[in-house]
Amino acid sequence: MTDLTELGVKALRDGIAKGDFTAREAAEAFNAAVEKASELNAFIVATPDHALASADSVDAKRAKGEDLGKMGGVPIGMKDLFCTDGVQTTAASHILEGFVPRYESTVSQKLWDAGAGMLGKLNLDQFAMGSSNETSYFANVSSPWKKAGTNAAMSPGGSSGGSSAAVAARIAPAATGTDTGGSIRQPAAFTGITGIKPTYGRCSRWGVVAFASSLDQAGPMARSVEDCAIMLEAMAGFDPKDATSLDMEVPNWEAALDADLKGKRIGIPREYRMDGTDAEILASWEQGKEWLRDAGAEIVDISLPHTKYALPAYYIIAPAEASSNLARYDGVRYGLRDLPDGAGLQDMYAATRADGFGDEVKRRILIGTYVLSAGFYDAYYTQAQKVRALVARDFENAWSQCDAILAPTTPTASFPLGSLNDDPLTMYLNDVFAVPASLAGLPAMSVPAGLNSDGLPLGLQIVGKPFDEQGVLNAGLAIEQRAGFAAKPEAWWC
Amino acid sequence: MSVTRDEVAKIASLARIRMGGDALDNMVPELNNILDWVEQLGEVDVTGVEPMTAVIPNTLRLRDDEVDAIPQTAGGRREDVLANAPAAEHGFFGVPKVIE
Repeated sequence: MTDLTELGVKALRDGIAKGDFTAREAAEAFNAAVEKASELNAFIVATPDHALASADSVDAKRAKGEDLGKMGGVPIGMKDLFCTDGVQTTAASHILEGFVPRYESTVSQKLWDAGAGMLGKLNLDQFAMGSSNETSYFANVSSPWKKAGTNAAMSPGGSSGGSSAAVAARIAPAATGTDTGGSIRQPAAFTGITGIKPTYGRCSRWGVVAFASSLDQAGPMARSVEDCAIMLEAMAGFDPKDATSLDMEVPNWEAALDADLKGKRIGIPREYRMDGTDAEILASWEQGKEWLRDAGAEIVDISLPHTKYALPAYYIIAPAEASSNLARYDGVRYGLRDLPDGAGLQDMYAATRADGFGDEVKRRILIGTYVLSAGFYDAYYTQAQKVRALVARDFENAWSQCDAILAPTTPTASFPLGSLNDDPLTMYLNDVFAVPASLAGLPAMSVPAGLNSDGLPLGLQIVGKPFDEQGVLNAGLAIEQRAGFAAKPEAWWC
Repeated sequence: MSVTRDEVAKIASLARIRMGGDALDNMVPELNNILDWVEQLGEVDVTGVEPMTAVIPNTLRLRDDEVDAIPQTAGGRREDVLANAPAAEHGFFGVPKVIE
């Protein structure tokens, strides 16, 4: 029998539907792979029983001839930012350690309804704040990839670093991610997998631990464009419990996949050619243009003049929203409580939050508190929101010249864990190409383009018009078919 | 603009995060680095630009005026609400004494 852990979402779903193997066999194979891969630290908790129970229910449905669902029998990893009924949900923080939700997030519920099962809750940067998966209270995640000739543990990217590591290591065929300023795309690029952040509002935020509500958006991470299309269909859809949920039909993205780009124009933003960008990244961008041209697209130069200001605007807006969202962690309603002897209510808040939040989370809460404080609000926050409007306008103007945009996903390949910790700003710059699409709420995806001379994966990013996930997926598919990315990390963790 | 140690202490207190000693000393240059860097936004000409409020044009919906229309967000779930409270007492959230 084939090794089931080598299969992706579509192959597993279709193989189970045809009876080539059972959902239980698939769940058992991935449960075993998860157990063996503890060295990666991709999971905070494994939930093998959840995966088996879902699998058994799919197998029983098949025996009765019932519909198995879009994800029927596919076991997946769930980023530990999604509330899961009866299963600890931590956002990789100490303050939520031991928090066991009594309800299920809309996105995870939709996945279970579509026949998926859960292998476990995936590690991440604490409260999704980070680009290297080094801010988790539950320790770093290691990328399955190593730089050629070295043995140093590499970053799987962040914040969805457990997700990217698990999918790249083939201990999960797919995983959920969330993207606030690149947290799906950057880890996907670092680990040679595919991930899409849909248009803001496509996936419900209900039950997702909030970071920056005007930016947070869930999406799938998998090893092919088609698998992402399938899983996004299962995750997306209107939800009355989320005030910013899009009340629109979910298209059948999987069925409409088409890598023929004749008549499509792909924009190349000149401002993304920044000083200090790795030469191999620029070369892969050139290669990407060739691939899209080969698929029939016309390549056009475009300008997104406010690109340079997107990242600093993001680092005002996201911390501002975070400082407000994270005010809920007070040691009263859920999670950690630190009550020093004789302390009053205010001391309890301050002690609980000092003990419960990691350094990066505190840094962002303080920045957010400062930029929202009386006397500084207009200079920082209002100005950033105006710049955000200009960044979005840049994209609107670009759509008169092109149908989608091609750019690198990241300015560098993955780096060794611990190598960028001294300076938060250097770490923030990792998301310089990812953040503009986040600020504008646009669908954007990363697909693997190849390996660099160090043997590390590089990703290419497609950004599309609002609601045009199909155009993004199609351009991604055109790249995927031509890149023929088949490299696999050596399984040193087994 | 840059912040002093006293100002960072004040911000931490506003954010209800106890911070002193080394943690505070380290935070001052870190925050100043970030604030120096975001300062560049001041260069952008924003004349006549409205601050963005909604990233995707979307109208806020009104739901029907119906009690407990959505079960997950409805009332009558006291036990669920209190299940994760660090100190639930008599069906309420327990807090340290606030009135002498």
